[in-house]
Amino acid sequence: MKNYRYVILGCSVAAVAAIEGIRSRDREGAVLVVGEEPCKAYGRPLISYYLLGETDLTRMDYRPDDFYRENGVTLRLGVRAEKIDPERKIVTLADGEQICYEKLLIATGSRPFDPPMQGIESVKERFHFMTKADALALEKALSPEKKVLIVGAGLIGLKCFEGIAARVKSVAIVDLAPRILPSILDDAGAKMVQSALEAHGAAFFLADSVLRFDGGTAYLKSGKEIAFDLLVTAVGVRPNTELIKEAGGEVNRGIAVDECGRTSLPNIFAAGDCAESFDIASGTHKVLALLPNAAFQGRTAGVNMAGGEAKLQNAVAFNSIGFFGTHVMTAGVYEGEMYCEAAERTYKALFTKDGLLKGFILINLPERAGIYLKLLKERIPLGRVDFEALKTAPAWSAFSPEAREANFAREV
Amino acid sequence: MKRIYVNEKWCLGCHLCEYECAYANSGIADMVRALKGKPIFPRVRVEDAGEVHFAVNCRHCSDPVCVQSCISGALTKGKDGVVRIDRQKCVGCLTCVLVCPYGAVLPSPEGHAAMKCQLCTDNMMGEPNCVKHCPNGAIVYEEREAAQ
Amino acid sequence: MQLYIRPDYEVVRNEARCIACRVCERQCANEVHSFDPETGLMRSDESKCVNCHRCVSFCPTHALKIVKTDDTYRENANWEAQTIHEVYRQANTGGVLLSSMGNPKPYPVFWDKLLINASQVTNPPIDPLREPMETQLYLGKRTVKAEREENGLLKDNLPPQLKLSVPILFSAMSYGSISYNAHESLARAAEALGTYYNTGEGGLHKDFYKYGKHTIVQVASGRFGVHKEYLETAAAIEIKMGQGAKPGIGGHLPGGKISEDVSKTRMIPQGVDAISPAPHHDIYSIEDLKQLVDSLKEATEYKKPVIVKIAAVHNAAAIASGIARSGADVIAIDGFRGGTGAAPTRIRDNVGIPIEMALAQIDTRLREEGIRDNVSLLVGGSVRSSADVVKAIALGADACYIGTAALLALGCHLCRSCHTGKCNWGIATQRPDLVKRLNPDLGYERLVNLVSAWKHEIEEMMGGMGINSLEALRGNRLMLRGIGLTDTELRLLGVRYAGESL
Repeated sequence: MKNYRYVILGCSVAAVAAIEGIRSRDREGAVLVVGEEPCKAYGRPLISYYLLGETDLTRMDYRPDDFYRENGVTLRLGVRAEKIDPERKIVTLADGEQICYEKLLIATGSRPFDPPMQGIESVKERFHFMTKADALALEKALSPEKKVLIVGAGLIGLKCFEGIAARVKSVAIVDLAPRILPSILDDAGAKMVQSALEAHGAAFFLADSVLRFDGGTAYLKSGKEIAFDLLVTAVGVRPNTELIKEAGGEVNRGIAVDECGRTSLPNIFAAGDCAESFDIASGTHKVLALLPNAAFQGRTAGVNMAGGEAKLQNAVAFNSIGFFGTHVMTAGVYEGEMYCEAAERTYKALFTKDGLLKGFILINLPERAGIYLKLLKERIPLGRVDFEALKTAPAWSAFSPEAREANFAREV
Repeated sequence: MKRIYVNEKWCLGCHLCEYECAYANSGIADMVRALKGKPIFPRVRVEDAGEVHFAVNCRHCSDPVCVQSCISGALTKGKDGVVRIDRQKCVGCLTCVLVCPYGAVLPSPEGHAAMKCQLCTDNMMGEPNCVKHCPNGAIVYEEREAAQ
Repeated sequence: MQLYIRPDYEVVRNEARCIACRVCERQCANEVHSFDPETGLMRSDESKCVNCHRCVSFCPTHALKIVKTDDTYRENANWEAQTIHEVYRQANTGGVLLSSMGNPKPYPVFWDKLLINASQVTNPPIDPLREPMETQLYLGKRTVKAEREENGLLKDNLPPQLKLSVPILFSAMSYGSISYNAHESLARAAEALGTYYNTGEGGLHKDFYKYGKHTIVQVASGRFGVHKEYLETAAAIEIKMGQGAKPGIGGHLPGGKISEDVSKTRMIPQGVDAISPAPHHDIYSIEDLKQLVDSLKEATEYKKPVIVKIAAVHNAAAIASGIARSGADVIAIDGFRGGTGAAPTRIRDNVGIPIEMALAQIDTRLREEGIRDNVSLLVGGSVRSSADVVKAIALGADACYIGTAALLALGCHLCRSCHTGKCNWGIATQRPDLVKRLNPDLGYERLVNLVSAWKHEIEEMMGGMGINSLEALRGNRLMLRGIGLTDTELRLLGVRYAGESL
């Protein structure tokens, strides 16, 4: 039986970050990465840019080709891990191989969630939009005369629309929620983005849902009918938590981890879309299925696996995403007092509560947005900065001279 | 490593650094030809707030959050400590702009990519051009200790 | 009726080069430049321009120049435009005309009519890169009788001396007339160079007490900022009797320049004009002067040399003779081309005599009276280069004060508008946004560069003369020859005409 000091299940962003975390402490210990997908880590959100022609398969690689060799990582790709035995510290792979670990990281990510939909099996061309394989399969099916139905007006569904809009005849998008991007936008923001998408041909059916499918027709709850050739379902995702659950580890919505990335099982860590984070904006444990958060978690877990000390204490939901040049940045929760600036092409909403910035929405106002995120992530009391000035424009001049000295006149 | 540091006390808010940056990264040998009649998009930006002025550019953090957050792997921290962006890999999602606490990673004017100070390692200047032309020692390029 | 006075200068902007970066606009405290958003072009209002060249220096594309206007009145050799303007200005305001920096009138500059000797064949020149060259010197009284201890060892009864590693000091410029950062630059440079700067009559800022070993503190007729600690902190004390730029009159620092810090340092109320009387009200004779010299010595336990500074005036030699007998250790003489932060124009341009003449006459007089070693001679009032320093020493000076040259090193462009308080170079101003334009980290370095360069040049010239120490050059007028001088001038300077051998 092969023995590795570090075994990582999953080969995406959290895994890569964990490798970097491990190697920041331990240059020697053998690392094995077991990945279900048959390829090295790639920027998963890039699949829509791939369809858009703004990147290609090579440029999508998350790390240079020699990253794994340089870091002494053994790759076992295209194989799934089936079982963990936390007592004996053994992972069993789908091909029957058993691997012994000292520290194990679960970075198995998430998978698409399809709610039960009547007649779905009658739809010939069905797709998800999560992986490179999904994108390649969808690309094959695209052609200028085809009509597409996307179920789900969330990040995945809308990025999919952006990727394919110019390559098909029409796209209809259905969502149960009354507005697009319901998890990250408020009504006003959603309207602005929606009209940008409509300008590129999106036909939205909001506050509506598919009652049943019949071949190339979707019958909506509202009574409307949509004829389509291709169906993309992007309703939601579910974390891959089964390995831990079956091994007896604590799982809520995602795998429960502490701020060091440890699961309830000894020597087992979890990171990425399969694991929960403590979201400082809402004050709750939840799955923050966002690429940067996977990287932060992976890195934290990696450092701790290698005997170092790292804690992730400022996890928060944030998104930066663009659709045809309309750029949306959001973070945190939309609670408390709202400061709002709306213009024809721009929108800013800042949410403050208990003297802290709790969340924000910025549309087409990307410049220096990181200063807002800093306020949020570091829970900086707004009394310590000139928040009135910050409302109009994020700037360091609103901070104290001491803060500027520490950040601009010293190594950081 | 050597980094650009800000001596706020001596910044006059003259904004020369911004023009020198735009020129350095224009790829055009003549400053007039590079900048005349065009809006500039420098990678160093001067903040003016009454009598307080200071220039902001990439801090080349020891643990850069932009690199960790990059969705495409376009941002890297080199062995020389310089945080660079591979504009071929960048798809312009601007996550780096959203996470940079300094507001030092900027959307580039043509869209499709972010831009940031690379200490003039990516142009013909050989040394940070903003520092070279700062008339009052308000930005310097040197080794300094981390904050205590 | 206010008569319009046409601007002396024109701002010439090369539109083909201007990139409208607006740096000129941000740098001009006189608000000459502005941006026109409609045309996207820069505009200028030259009526406000003082020709300080800040904009020209900062323009990144070299699109600017300031030229003397070619607008003319009807030509008149007697009534020059400047003269006419002064009449207009006084008719407009009824005020005394004020000016700054040194006398700009075309009086003869005798430094430029003196030539330095060099050795050939019989007494070989010295290569300062290979041979030791002594530029160190001491200032102070040297006439003491050798006395011995009971055990036969020599008593150290030499009065206090100032040790200099170069024959150059920074002349008196008060905090108030120049900025905090200018003072810091001078103080740090003096320390780095092993020489001294002079507080002027404005007291010494607490922050600069740490440079005390390189500080000469001034006691002037206003007695601003004079207290025991001030005197004790210093390396030497200078009694200011007069100033070359404005002999015979006092000083006037407008209330606008009396900021909180300046007021604390000068020990006077904030915002109130600081008036220095023309005379010291307790000095009407050499005997009175002696009393002040003695008081200052007593107050500092006879540990500090006392300098008496006078303006170069017609009777300078006789006055110096008196000072040399007053107990003072050093006499400083300030020529009529010396600078000032503000002086009545008529005084600055018409009163006093050239430093070259005053120096030659004082040195001769003290020698003749056998009291030359009672005192050291410091001269200032437009020492512009290392050659001027060498010529001054050969005429009899121990060392030179430099003021204007030091300010030029700090960025001064001699626009002579110090009295407006809006110095664009951060030197002659107390406006915080302008003061910060002079970063002492850079300023002190430039001063050190300047004096170090001069030191090298002095060594080269000394080596050329075959002289390897300043002691051997001092008063060695045979090393000088005059050119284009009258017999009277040659006689007063005590030099022979060029071509005349021994």
